[in-house]
Amino acid sequence: MTATASPPAATGLDPQRIERLRDSAYRIRRHALDMGEVQGQGYIGQALGVADVLAVLFGDVLNLRPTDPEWPERDRFLLSIGHYAIAAYAAFAEAGILPVEELETYGSDESRLPMSAMASYTPGMEISGGSLGHGLGIATGMALGLRHQGRPARVVNLLSDGELNEGATWEAAMSCAHHGLSNVLAVVDVNALQADGPTAGVLRVDHLTDKWTAFGWNARRVDGNDVAALLTALDELRDAPDRPSVLLCDTRPGHGVPMLETREKAHFLRVEAHEWQIARDQLTEGHQR
Amino acid sequence: MTTATPRTKLTTSAMIASFADPGQRTAPAPFGHALAALAEERPEIVGLSADLAKYTDMHVFRDAHPDRFFQMGMAEQVMLGAAAGMAEVGLVPFASTYSVFATRRAYDFLCLDIAEPGLNVNVVGGLPGLTTGYGPSHQATEDLAILRGCPGLTIVDPCDSVDIAAAVPALAEHDGPTYLRLLRGSVPTVLDEYDYRFELGKAAELRTGRDVLLISSGLMTMRALQAAARLEADHVDVAVLHVPTIKPLDREAIVRAARPDRLVLTCENHTVIGGLGEAVGSTLALAGLSTRFGQVGLPDEFLAAGALPTLHDRYGLSTDALVARIRAGLDGHTPWAAEPEPASA
Repeated sequence: MTATASPPAATGLDPQRIERLRDSAYRIRRHALDMGEVQGQGYIGQALGVADVLAVLFGDVLNLRPTDPEWPERDRFLLSIGHYAIAAYAAFAEAGILPVEELETYGSDESRLPMSAMASYTPGMEISGGSLGHGLGIATGMALGLRHQGRPARVVNLLSDGELNEGATWEAAMSCAHHGLSNVLAVVDVNALQADGPTAGVLRVDHLTDKWTAFGWNARRVDGNDVAALLTALDELRDAPDRPSVLLCDTRPGHGVPMLETREKAHFLRVEAHEWQIARDQLTEGHQR
Repeated sequence: MTTATPRTKLTTSAMIASFADPGQRTAPAPFGHALAALAEERPEIVGLSADLAKYTDMHVFRDAHPDRFFQMGMAEQVMLGAAAGMAEVGLVPFASTYSVFATRRAYDFLCLDIAEPGLNVNVVGGLPGLTTGYGPSHQATEDLAILRGCPGLTIVDPCDSVDIAAAVPALAEHDGPTYLRLLRGSVPTVLDEYDYRFELGKAAELRTGRDVLLISSGLMTMRALQAAARLEADHVDVAVLHVPTIKPLDREAIVRAARPDRLVLTCENHTVIGGLGEAVGSTLALAGLSTRFGQVGLPDEFLAAGALPTLHDRYGLSTDALVARIRAGLDGHTPWAAEPEPASA
């Protein structure tokens, strides 16, 4: 692995901006734990791991109108990884796209918040996930279309490192570069974990920065649980006017809740009924420190 | 492979072959011209191809509207995903490749990115059924079987250049996903001789007849009309019901036409599994119609490479073979036999 060391927090970033986004990430994690408790299960490890990335995207990157999710000039946020729906709903609630009270319907019959993300169910959900390797291709077409129409909106696709197993992702990676789609930002949650175990043992996707760079992308790799590092990298990525950008985010599943972070890594984390409150307490304690 | 003596004219298993009869009236690249003309009126029309623009007649559109053509490379999955993305932002894409690649290779993308959200994306598949002698890699003998199960997908199997010219604007107008079985190159012009107008979702009786009803789609409608004309000389009266829209199927027209006093044969350029024949068969059964019914179509096997006329004879799609099947059916031979007739001499 060629993980780039995170830049130190002292990068001239506004401390209040960082604090605001850390608070946001905390609330996203809280929402995710609440939703996980309703169902007694869920992709809670991924949600906790990717919360900082989502806080930065929804709090600092995406140009959206929360009360008008269909606003034609909005930036598009494409969740390729449908099983991360729990994290996306938490971020939508934090962004004001969904009412916080609705989160408790997660995964229930007739809910707008199914366990796997589906566009026709949920405001703000642009595409249906579930089958991996689709998001970046759709992003390619959206970005080509928006550019063709002379509209400045960007397309942000959240992928996972496991999703890089899918050949279709690389078809799309080539296509974005070939067409010079500078209005595409791919964000990869590199949590080194997939359904059958660690990514390193399932299908290695190492040398990620080199791979994406070789595919013609402007690439940065950062600690995805470091808000300052994410902001710095995103600012740097804005300097590529002629090519797509990818932010590779190394994240730790369960981040923010030591009990879950240290648990044996699993794609689908089991959490006992009595543990949810412990998890919330640990999260709050860690955030206040 | 055939073994031929050096003096015998060799047949060809070329990728691109015409199924037009010698001397038949044809129109060049009707799909490309229809799309280019439509795009003059509708600025939201865009075209995509996966390194096969030239072979799917998309090059006509590309040359007429270069700023609205997107070359997606030999990458069918991203082409269909990207077409979905374009439709999401308000464009009306036509995406072309060979049928085998659109269906076998990229079906998950057609199904989930395009059909599930109900987007107005029009997938255009070249070389449907047995329209190339190149072998199973390019012969989309089961594209209808794959796609008929896809909810909300409109499927059109045009007969000729007249059908294609009318289908293109209809598909663009239809607010949902579609699949067009493309006939490309020099495409026969047949249906202008009949009192007929293509209408999406509608079957049309092109000729009436007392003894036999042929229910056909695609290029087999042309063969059905030829077979009917030939049998007319022998005082066999053959009706032809053309079904250019495979899905949604015009069940009413089929039930109305399939009177029990006639032999009913479906004719399709597709395997007898899961295509027009089985769709019509289930329609008749569900309507409680008991009629002599049989299927003309490709056998349930991977087909040979070779010259198209040879293959159409061998697998029962040629006019000669169709006439033989009709006669056999009238003589009381098992009309439902799915096995191919031996090639006629």
